[in-house]
Amino acid sequence: MKLKRLSAAVLAASLFPVAAQAADVEVLHWWTSGGEAKSVAELKKMMSAQGVTWKDFAVAGGGGDNAMTALKTRVVSGNPPTAAQIKGPAIQEWGAEGVLADIDAVARAGNWDKQLPPVVSRVMKYKGKYVAAPVNVHRVNWLWANPEAFKKAGATVPKTWPEFFAAADKLKKAGIQPIAHGGQPWQDATLFESVALGVGGADYYNKAFVKLDKATLAGPTTVKVFETLGKVKTYIDKGAAGRDWNLATAMVINGKAGMQFMGDWAKGEFTAAGKVPGKDFICTDAPGTQNAFTFNIDSLAMFQQKNPAAVQAQAKLAATVMSPAFQEVFNLNKGSIPARLDTPMAKFDDCAKKSSFDMNAASKSSKLVPSFAHKMAMPSATEGAMVDVISQFMNSSMTAQQATERLARAGAVR
Amino acid sequence: MSGSSSQGSLHALADRWLPKLVLSPTLAASLIFVYGFIAWTGWLSFTESRLMPRYEWAGFVQYQALFENERWWTTAANLGIFGGLFILFCLLVGLLMAVLLDQKIRAEGALRTVYLYPMALSFVVTGTAWKWMLNPDMGLQKVVVDLGFTDFTFDWLVNPDMAIYTVVIAGVWQSSGFVMALFLAGLRGIDDSIIKAAQVDGASLPTIYRRILIPSLRPVFFSVLLILSHIAIKSFDLVMALTGGGPGNSSDVPAIFMYQFAFTRGQLGVGAASAMMMLITIVAVLVPLMYMETRSAKRV
Repeated sequence: MKLKRLSAAVLAASLFPVAAQAADVEVLHWWTSGGEAKSVAELKKMMSAQGVTWKDFAVAGGGGDNAMTALKTRVVSGNPPTAAQIKGPAIQEWGAEGVLADIDAVARAGNWDKQLPPVVSRVMKYKGKYVAAPVNVHRVNWLWANPEAFKKAGATVPKTWPEFFAAADKLKKAGIQPIAHGGQPWQDATLFESVALGVGGADYYNKAFVKLDKATLAGPTTVKVFETLGKVKTYIDKGAAGRDWNLATAMVINGKAGMQFMGDWAKGEFTAAGKVPGKDFICTDAPGTQNAFTFNIDSLAMFQQKNPAAVQAQAKLAATVMSPAFQEVFNLNKGSIPARLDTPMAKFDDCAKKSSFDMNAASKSSKLVPSFAHKMAMPSATEGAMVDVISQFMNSSMTAQQATERLARAGAVR
Repeated sequence: MSGSSSQGSLHALADRWLPKLVLSPTLAASLIFVYGFIAWTGWLSFTESRLMPRYEWAGFVQYQALFENERWWTTAANLGIFGGLFILFCLLVGLLMAVLLDQKIRAEGALRTVYLYPMALSFVVTGTAWKWMLNPDMGLQKVVVDLGFTDFTFDWLVNPDMAIYTVVIAGVWQSSGFVMALFLAGLRGIDDSIIKAAQVDGASLPTIYRRILIPSLRPVFFSVLLILSHIAIKSFDLVMALTGGGPGNSSDVPAIFMYQFAFTRGQLGVGAASAMMMLITIVAVLVPLMYMETRSAKRV
């Protein structure tokens, strides 16, 4: 009997999903840790100031994998949330499923085309129409360094790869682990990406990892990238296997290690430890990537709503996300920089200011490239296949030549 | 027609239909949620499904993609290593512990609980605890090095060639107690008079075990194999917690492969194909086992 009642309840719940109330927005996201949760709370405040009720749909864990599973279930059942945290080519994949909402009217009213770098706005559009709003920009090609450790070793913070290896040797001699790294596939890919951009340059990067040009991927530059990566590998400690990125950052913070390749979310770890940028830690471009910028953008993709009131609330949400006020406060909390080029940067720290300046410059010289390690550049199937090859290379005695061949093959996976 | 006979026929009706009525929700649930979804997955594996399910027939493209994937073969090899060693060592250790505990020793109850206790933990806890113990920088290796044996290395966890064996260690630690309990129950179920008769005939204890007791545990062996082999094939949480499939993909197993392709890489079709391959593996192991077991049961 109990079972029957339960199954009846389950049946009823699945047949009659509770429709979102008129002026509700429901946003699926996985911004659940400290600074991120604070950022979301700001958005909630701004929405309720406009008379729109915020229904939180936070699914933590798995770097968003769990949230994606929840999202699929909701979309299949015909009851999608107002918006969901989706980024990069995944926006195109969802667009191809025909479930995303056209918010071009909001974008035109807010003049988004002018405020976003063209590389960024292209990611937000499906077939020329805006379907998503960017909330932040993370820069991935950072090198974090501990100046104290460098002073002790008598080394200078490197700008090129030869300088990098010279500094790493000095650090090693001084008994300091040159590179803090975590041997997880996405971290391996993050490192690879910075090496590829540094060794090959933005043009090579674009051809190989955005256009997925087979000849470029199989070419001699890729071999050189893997050779450099293989050399970098020798400066990583054995305990790196499976280490989380923030533990690697902690090694740089307490001077056990000299440097780390990581996106600007690492800054949060430094500032949480009471460190001041420029004084206690140094943020600089990964060797050879001066003026270039690999971006990782979080965005909210908008889903088609049936109820006209919900459509209106969705428009308000999109406009708010792109407002300078929100872009400023969200990114101050999260450690990233605003996607809008005209957001005032006065309140941000030195690393963020440099990041914003570099993004503007890189956008003009077309050296602003999407980060593929963070699912911004290629279809998820291709990205997965490439990351498999890279992490295999990092954890075996595969030669640069073999790795190049395999990477080229992975580039053909769709 | 008298009252009592109509009541009797009502009883007969209830006797006939009530069990079926009571069982039908469970039957329906398992038909839909187990076999229905197996069929759905099977269908998906023959389509071009990417991010979301699609239902146009596409033939064997997903299986072709699966078999061309080097990582899939890594997972298959790992499953062979892990499954084989895990089952073998669980059987050996479990049987040995059961035989030793069977010697009417003191504090048997307490010891039994000690060995059975790992079973009460989830694989995630086991994996995490062993991850710390096997970590060269803070676990076993460090302890031994700190004791003065500075040359000692035990870095299987971070060694791509050996990582899968750490999964075997943790898995055996977790499950051998359970196997012991099953064998012990089997040993206790054997009629004492057989043993006494053997003793009267002058058989030594090892001979009694080798020739009489262990052969009569045959049905228990089947049950244990049945349980262990499906634990091995579906293992996911232990590997995830212990090595995360790493370093690289070196300790990857099919279940992790399936999860990643189906749910995080937008390749539902390949994921479904790998799930079907896992199902086929399980069926290939279980059907002969179950056939042999039912046959031996009939013979008895």
